[in-house]
Amino acid sequence: MRNFTLPAEELMGSGHLGCQGCGGALAMRYVLKAAGDNTIVVLPACCWTIIAGPFPYSSLKVPLLHTAFETAAVAASGVRAALDIQGDTETTVLAWAGDGGTFDIGLQSLSGAAERNENIIYICYDNEAYMNTGIQRSGATPFLAWTTTTPEKTPKSEPKKDIMAIMVAHRIPYAATATISYPDDLIRKVQRAKSIYGTKFLHVLAPCPPGWRAPSELAIKLSRLAVHTRVFPLYEVENGERYTLNEPKEEPALPVSEYLKLQGRFSHLTENDVEAIQEIIEKRWQRLLRMVRESS
Amino acid sequence: MTPTLTGTKKVVTGNHAVSYGAMLARVQVISAYPITPQTQVVELLSEFCANGTLRAKFIKVESEHSAMAALIGAASTGARTFTATSAHGLALMHEMLHWAAGARLPIVMADINRAMGPPWSVWTDQNDSLSQRDTGWMQVYCESNQEVLDTVIQAYRVAEKVSMPAMLVLDAFVLSHTAEPIEIPDQSLVDEYLPPYRPLYKLDPNDPRSFGALAPPDVYMELRYKMHQAMEDALIEWARADEEFSELFGRRYGLIEPYRADDAEILLVTSGTVTSTAREVIDELRAEGRRVGLLKIRVFRPFPAQLVRAALQDTEKVAVLDRNISFGMGGIFAQEIKSALYNSTKRPPIFGFVAGLGGRDITPSVIREIIDYTESHDEPEDLIWVGVKR
Ligand SMILES: Cc1ncc(C[n+]2csc(CCOP(=O)(O)OP(=O)(O)O)c2C)c(N)n1
Ligand code: SF4
Ligand SMILES: [Mg+2]
Repeated sequence: MRNFTLPAEELMGSGHLGCQGCGGALAMRYVLKAAGDNTIVVLPACCWTIIAGPFPYSSLKVPLLHTAFETAAVAASGVRAALDIQGDTETTVLAWAGDGGTFDIGLQSLSGAAERNENIIYICYDNEAYMNTGIQRSGATPFLAWTTTTPEKTPKSEPKKDIMAIMVAHRIPYAATATISYPDDLIRKVQRAKSIYGTKFLHVLAPCPPGWRAPSELAIKLSRLAVHTRVFPLYEVENGERYTLNEPKEEPALPVSEYLKLQGRFSHLTENDVEAIQEIIEKRWQRLLRMVRESS
Repeated sequence: MTPTLTGTKKVVTGNHAVSYGAMLARVQVISAYPITPQTQVVELLSEFCANGTLRAKFIKVESEHSAMAALIGAASTGARTFTATSAHGLALMHEMLHWAAGARLPIVMADINRAMGPPWSVWTDQNDSLSQRDTGWMQVYCESNQEVLDTVIQAYRVAEKVSMPAMLVLDAFVLSHTAEPIEIPDQSLVDEYLPPYRPLYKLDPNDPRSFGALAPPDVYMELRYKMHQAMEDALIEWARADEEFSELFGRRYGLIEPYRADDAEILLVTSGTVTSTAREVIDELRAEGRRVGLLKIRVFRPFPAQLVRAALQDTEKVAVLDRNISFGMGGIFAQEIKSALYNSTKRPPIFGFVAGLGGRDITPSVIREIIDYTESHDEPEDLIWVGVKR
């Protein structure tokens, strides 16, 4: 175990409206600790629209711009432009969107911003479905998972979209994955992103107890298991080329069933299903290792 | 193109008049996406940004929806913002038009009126802008290139005063691509008229606030009430802005403009460039001794209902020329005018004409036909199609 001190600054209030064990709420708390108070948050429609609190409250101690579902990256681009033209190149502009707002409806404006290399940090907190509207499938929903639009009889038939590959293909200066059970890694990555000019993308796995049909006290454990089973490895990619693997380091990995069996959204899976999922994970892991090898 | 001195006469197209207006207004953030017939507006602005004539950030986004979203971000951060679009671009922005108005951001946009597809058309009519009638954007329909340039500057004055966005509207090709000699006002005079944008609130880490958060039913309605009040105030502010503009620049346009309307038995109501054609026809008809006049509607939102009522109520018949159609009802200006007059004690019969859709020319003879029809019929009709081949 490494020594690690969480930055003391608290930029998120405890009176937020997230569910118990909300990974997205915890992710924001850590990210703001790293980003600091000279930050403007741009927030499209997602669970965080609610978590932040209704008018006239805010659970954040930094300025917050609510914007339409598909516009996080571009509204952040506008904020950036306005700051720059008024001589402020220091303030961090942080777009904060869910997986639906990133993988699906917001992908066009995110791609545009990345292609222009807008000087923003874009964070996708990924709870693997449209949670705000009641757990519908998104492009981030895993293979064979249950959601309200992919019921158990016809669970999601496509694997999770590889958003990191998409962002890396934009050759942005920095892209990384992170999750709430590795706060030191997450905070370091936000600090890293802050120090780089251009579009920085962080893909943060954020367990959602109600959406994943899991008890709220398992949120952190699920986040750790996602890493240890290689479902969600932690890595960084610089300039679309240089891959660095952070976690998991242990060999061999835990079997994916350890992760799946704790979640009601996977309770309908057969042994064959679990095998099929394990296969996808292995393929993606091997590809990641290849990328790491090739770039070192 | 090299930077040009201001305070001079120049021959420019309507599109370039928009660009000059935005430059003189010292816009700080521009975001736009190309669409015929708007392209020249942003091309010239790109030049201005590139050669230093204008100190602004130009965000070259991947769609019109994003163009408006970018400006919403920028205006929320205290910048003066500008965009231009047409037809499908404006339609794609629809969600963000509501957002800009609901967020009370004084964004100014030029819409080059273009007919909606399908079938594809690049020519003028007003269905694109009028489809956005209820978004909370002010709408001003322009007749000449000078009016276009001047309206950009006036629009910022009013928009920033009442915290509502403003759209100036000009006809595709008839104005956008037609060159006219106009005066490019002196920058120092424009600066005097239009001080820098200083919003009451903006995204500022030194004063952290949340913008646009969920509003429960106990506050939502009040925010909508305030938007409507702002639009009411805008009627006064447009008049004031126009008045002060005329003091500095010697030109004024009014919210509406009656032309040879005194003692007229028939008043023709128009908007946009067709007004210029109608002026000629009215002159001819007057020369023939016919008592006809004209009412141009310039400011459509907020709708100057009282002014329109006062201008129309004493005439014997009203003919409204609509270059647009609300399917299943009729011309949109005609509907607005009828509703403005309904609660008046004096209600002249109103004839609603639809003409010139998809850029079909509205020639002097078309306007004559409209006047003749109105003169020769006693019973008003809601919808009369002009020149349609059946
Ligand atoms: C244009 C548009 N379509 C649909 C919605 C409804 N909507 C609001 S949030 C949301 C889902 C958000 O999902 P995600 O981005 O994954 O965030 P989460 O709620 O899961 O945190 C949807 C579909 C909307 N606000 N705007
Ligand atoms: S539904 Fe899930 S993501 Fe949304 S607030 Fe609750 S725990 Fe968080
Ligand atoms: Mg989600």
